[in-house]
Amino acid sequence: MAALAEEQTEVAVKLEPEGPPTLLPPQSGDGASEGSGGTPNNGPNGGGGGTVAASSSAGGDGGTPKPVVAVSAAAPAGAAPVPAAAATAPGASHDRQTLLAVLQFLRQSNLREAEEALRREARLLEEAGAGAGAPGEVDGVGAEAASALLSRVTASVPGSAVPEPPGTGASVATGFSGSAAAPAAPGKVGSVAVEDQPDVSAVLSAYNQQGDPTMYEEYYSGLKHFIECSLDCHRAELSQLFYPLFVHMYLELVYNQHENEAKSFFEKFHGDQECYYQDDLRVLSSLTKKEHMKGNETMLDFRTSKFVLRISRDSYQLLKRHLQEKQNNQIWNIVQEHLYIDIFDGMPRSKQQIDAMVGSLAGEAKREANKSKVFFGLLKEPEIEVPLDDEDEEGENEEGKPKKKKPKKDSIGSKSKKQDPNAPPQNRIPLPELKDSDKLDKIMNMKETTKRVRLGPDCLPSICFYTFLNAYQGLTAVDVTDDSSLIAGGFADSTVRVWSVTPKKLRSVKQASDLSLIDKESDDVLERIMDEKTASELKILYGHSGPVYGASFSPDRNYLLSSSEDGTVRLWSLQTFTCLVGYKGHNYPVWDTQFSPHGYYFVSGGHDRVARLWATDHYQPLRIFAGHLADVNCTRFHPNSNYVATGSADRTVRLWDVLNGNCVRIFTGHKGPIHSLTFSPNGRFLATGATDGRVLLWDIGHGLMVGELKGHTDTVCSLRFSRDGEILASGSMDNTVRLWDAIKAFEDLETDDFTTATGHINLPENSQELLLGTYMTKSTPVVHLHFTRRNLVLAAGAYSPQ
Amino acid sequence: MAEEKKLKLSNTVLPSESMKVVAESMGIAQIQEETCQLLTDEVSYRIKEIAQDALKFMHMGKRQKLTTSDIDYALKLKNVEPLYGFHAQEFIPFRFASGGGRELYFYEEKEVDLSDIINTPLPRVPLDVCLKAHWLSIEGCQPAIPENPPPAPKEQQKAEATEPLKSAKPGQEEDGPLKGKGQGATPADGKGKEKKAPPLLEGAPLRLKPRSIHELSVEQQLYYKEITEACVGSCEAKRAEALQSIATDPGLYQMLPRFSTFISEGVRVNVVQNNLALLIYLMRMVKALMDNPTLYLEKYVHELIPAVMTCIVSRQLCLRPDVDNHWALRDFAARLVAQICKHFSTTTNNIQSRITKTFTKSWVDEKTPWTTRYGSIAGLAELGHDVIKTLILPRLQQEGERIRSVLDGPVLSNIDRIGADHVQSLLLKHCAPVLAKLRPPPDNQDAYRAEFGSLGPLLCSHVVKARAQAALQAQQVNRTTLTITQPRPTLTLSQAPQPGPRTPGLLKVPGSITLPVQTLMSARAAAPPQPSPPPTKFIVMSSSSSASSTQQVLSLSTSAPGSGSTTTSPVTTTVPSVQPIVKLVSTATTAPPSTAPAGPGSVQKYIVVSLPPTGEGKGGPPSHPSPVPPPSTSPSPLGGSALCGGKPEAGDSPPPAPGTPKANGSQPTGSGSPQPAP
Repeated sequence: MAALAEEQTEVAVKLEPEGPPTLLPPQSGDGASEGSGGTPNNGPNGGGGGTVAASSSAGGDGGTPKPVVAVSAAAPAGAAPVPAAAATAPGASHDRQTLLAVLQFLRQSNLREAEEALRREARLLEEAGAGAGAPGEVDGVGAEAASALLSRVTASVPGSAVPEPPGTGASVATGFSGSAAAPAAPGKVGSVAVEDQPDVSAVLSAYNQQGDPTMYEEYYSGLKHFIECSLDCHRAELSQLFYPLFVHMYLELVYNQHENEAKSFFEKFHGDQECYYQDDLRVLSSLTKKEHMKGNETMLDFRTSKFVLRISRDSYQLLKRHLQEKQNNQIWNIVQEHLYIDIFDGMPRSKQQIDAMVGSLAGEAKREANKSKVFFGLLKEPEIEVPLDDEDEEGENEEGKPKKKKPKKDSIGSKSKKQDPNAPPQNRIPLPELKDSDKLDKIMNMKETTKRVRLGPDCLPSICFYTFLNAYQGLTAVDVTDDSSLIAGGFADSTVRVWSVTPKKLRSVKQASDLSLIDKESDDVLERIMDEKTASELKILYGHSGPVYGASFSPDRNYLLSSSEDGTVRLWSLQTFTCLVGYKGHNYPVWDTQFSPHGYYFVSGGHDRVARLWATDHYQPLRIFAGHLADVNCTRFHPNSNYVATGSADRTVRLWDVLNGNCVRIFTGHKGPIHSLTFSPNGRFLATGATDGRVLLWDIGHGLMVGELKGHTDTVCSLRFSRDGEILASGSMDNTVRLWDAIKAFEDLETDDFTTATGHINLPENSQELLLGTYMTKSTPVVHLHFTRRNLVLAAGAYSPQ
Repeated sequence: MAEEKKLKLSNTVLPSESMKVVAESMGIAQIQEETCQLLTDEVSYRIKEIAQDALKFMHMGKRQKLTTSDIDYALKLKNVEPLYGFHAQEFIPFRFASGGGRELYFYEEKEVDLSDIINTPLPRVPLDVCLKAHWLSIEGCQPAIPENPPPAPKEQQKAEATEPLKSAKPGQEEDGPLKGKGQGATPADGKGKEKKAPPLLEGAPLRLKPRSIHELSVEQQLYYKEITEACVGSCEAKRAEALQSIATDPGLYQMLPRFSTFISEGVRVNVVQNNLALLIYLMRMVKALMDNPTLYLEKYVHELIPAVMTCIVSRQLCLRPDVDNHWALRDFAARLVAQICKHFSTTTNNIQSRITKTFTKSWVDEKTPWTTRYGSIAGLAELGHDVIKTLILPRLQQEGERIRSVLDGPVLSNIDRIGADHVQSLLLKHCAPVLAKLRPPPDNQDAYRAEFGSLGPLLCSHVVKARAQAALQAQQVNRTTLTITQPRPTLTLSQAPQPGPRTPGLLKVPGSITLPVQTLMSARAAAPPQPSPPPTKFIVMSSSSSASSTQQVLSLSTSAPGSGSTTTSPVTTTVPSVQPIVKLVSTATTAPPSTAPAGPGSVQKYIVVSLPPTGEGKGGPPSHPSPVPPPSTSPSPLGGSALCGGKPEAGDSPPPAPGTPKANGSQPTGSGSPQPAP
């Protein structure tokens, strides 16, 4: 927690008005700071701990400095002995650990000579031998931990001849020493077989204790019988146990190499599991050998994170009594070691209530995970002298738009100057200053606002559909500028294409030789530098080496971000139509990226399970948001730029605080990987869409699910609220655009204290009433949706003939 | 619990034989069973793992189909070198074959003649990505423009016709799969089904059949007027366009009842007036409606069948029955009825048996005039071989007598004579192929006479011809793949002045061509030609330019017999500035040896050259050439043609701006920059 405090002061220091506003990395450079960016309080996962996964793709991008270690999958407490061991290692032995780590690596890579040489150099022969022999010794444990980390790193890069920068493994390991120590028993490290994949075995060590494999089916069916015979009110709650127990018992059988028992156990009971676990079960079913467990991510997720269940006290007592009576130690052990049972007092939940909330890879979110305060209000708009026609603006306001997106825009009236009580302090996150052009744009925006159509169930927006023809199934990402003048498409052939959809063509700046000829004193110098000859409606940006999965325009329309399978995020200038920066950090495909609504910052998320916050002028990420257990599929900034929401393939949505990198909300309830996110314009609500075709609505302040919109039959690819938040538009792979009544959806929320405290929600089954319209396209999946400033819907997708 | 959909979790593993095969291919001869087993487990697991990763790429690529590149990226994630050389978008390289109790997956590698590739003109460069805007919805209403899907898809029309209580709005009907995935055991399953009546009917009780509202917009009314006028008007070009529109446009569902009434009323009036031309036009409309893939006509069959039947069996269809070719109309309509039967006959409505009964009744009747007789027989004959076998063949003798009495007897009237003549040739035409199949080969005149009476000898010679033709056809299995889908093809087949055997004009125009007259002619002109020497090439070239026939130059070359791989290339000369699209259809290996008794090893190649319409060719090369792959008239991505005016090939011209289509003329237009509706 010390890191947190330090960070805040540091940020405060940076807020001096004259300096360029930056949100600097909490500390510069060394490994420890990398850790603290993501981990000071991985609240939801029980405070700290973490494993390092998949760092630096050694072979890939050799030349660039690559100090960043991917801190991924912040493992919840208790799981990994790795951080624990690291924590016991004194900081002084840092260097030695580094050496040991390198040695370990060399040994694994069969580089005997190098290893010998290094040993002689370091005079470590004896110690290392001792370390390996006696795991109890502090150094040895450290080495082991480091090697564990390293081996995991290298495991993901088999055959790479380039050794890791020696700093990474060890420094991260020590980095965790500052964070809360995991409570796992360090003694277990000793029992681990170190030879080949120590980390996995460490993770699996718990499975060593072995019951009679033939009894497993009996145990499970006994419990099943008990649960099915229990009272109705408890049955639903206790049924939650089936899935995690099934998984862990199966894995235990596999780990202990009872393949046939495991197979028959799986055959017998997999049908009992809820259908939304199908995908995970499929992965599980292919896991039939102990060797397979090494490096299987899903399996690691199960082992490194406790499955969270919410059960009422009564039900829990019932279960406990039963297990004790039956002396059913096998199940009891699993419950204790691998499950986290979040007990609450009060009525047990109904089946519907439970079904609404479960479905994620690691169970529900713990209640305390969603307790921290979130400043979801909007920032005060900067005062801009509105030119003459602000009378109109005012008149419009008088008529009463209750939910105007930016009610504090006009500088008249004391009321509008009042700070939203839920808004963060204006300079909580240092934001870039407005340029003149930005102010102009804001004024334009205001003028457009006066012409905005007021939407509602009786006044539906028109939808203009932009079809990408001849895309040959290659369109992977679309973005539209806020003023709807440009459309960018990311394609599977690695290109990014920018279209102008207004008569204004895209002009780039002239060549340097031509620029020198221009009279720099002339008034219209900004016009003169543009090259009219090459102006066109379409500009193609070449640079990526893999499909472009994310694209985002900067609010000022000067830049474009794109993220790609090649692991980079690129920043393009829309003045010169060239690439300015390639941000390297994710070493795996980057699925999404988005600019902050205030520019300057951006967020990216990818296959390495972390989301990263960047500033355009830093080549390293400012924050790493680690905690998801699977790919981060989509990322969105909160309208006040203080928070970032991420949707993941682990079927959770997380909200992260940009200031300190904490995870402040975990939303569970989706039954499939999440593919789209959007905040309501007032910042209070979040809508998420997943492959299961459902759209879920969340109240950010209370941390509750407040609605479920059913209707789509395939992945919801795009979501967007209208400018005033009355309508939610959703676009999907099922070739439809649907419009939903957002006002009604958020009406009369159950936000009483009880609901808030327990998180028991009763969702009304009113999707059909909320659905205002369904519009089929002609076999064109709807990849992107956008509301223009006048509330016209722009939708985009590529025609894909069947 | 949630077990509605039992999981299909496969524990499939590769057979260990595969491992052996792979090992052998790597040069490892002896591999232990145990090793194989271990390997299969491991390989199966890894393959599944990669497939699961690849799925992720498919999802992120916003596709519904896994492609080979997804697999490549998944391999890349695992730091494995991707498989190079499998970059097809859709193509799955393995084919399946089974036989003799063995199953085999093989990689199909066609032999490609290099010179063929070199000599074929280069395909056009694939089109670049472009953006096109249209209105998906205008203030909540979806305009019926070609860019939008038809308001009611065919399945829904069918559902409405067959199960009217279950009708639902497009897109809202199916929440079944979601239920299965999402809420395991929610009781709301039944609710979603009936719930969605259109908002207008909200108050109505649920069980009532929803009133269907056939309101036509102004544009639709205009369209209806234009189309019907064009269809029965005097301008043939307009008519072809109108029929093309009826046959392809997706949004005609709303207008179907009007068209149907138009046709049935039109037939009623024109039969009385003996207006042959109009009857033909109306039948062509029926044909076009039947051809439209987005329409489901079941609801209107009760109006259409009487109209079509009238055109088959009516006593008089034209003013001068002795001169006018009303027989062609009867043939055409008979074919239509057969098509209707094929599509819509079910065990409930018994259309086919009812139609058969009607025909038989009028045929059996002694007093039936020759015209009706002809129609009845034609109608029955078109219903297929079984009908011919059971209903026509037994009556051949009787009918033959009647024909003979007219033809040989005292001249009663010329009309009767012509009628009898036509009936005779009709019977010969249809019965001969059936008999050829039914009877064993030695065709004996006397035997035929004994069985079929006076028609016997003629029938016999026809059967002999039919046999010859069948043999020829077996030799050219792929002939039917020759499809020419140009709107108005004028087909010519000329032969290059070359020595050697002359090739017979073997041209078959499939019935899908919108010009019935031509279809009729060609159908009749299917006189079986003599078997030609095997390595013959047919070059069929079609062009829609009706005015100038000079462009249709095609050459036909016969390569030396025996040389299976031909080196000749199509010589196309004086082709206007448009690039022809050449399709090579090779029948080299497809004919099973048992059915090709004549000319083993013969290689037949057909080259279909189709030219875009000349209107376009003359206007210079189009700015957006149409997609390359043949057939050249494949519908443009966003579907059918604009309604009136404009070329049918909408895909070739840059699509209109969002405001321009008729349906939303009132909407803000203007160069694609969208503005809110006022």
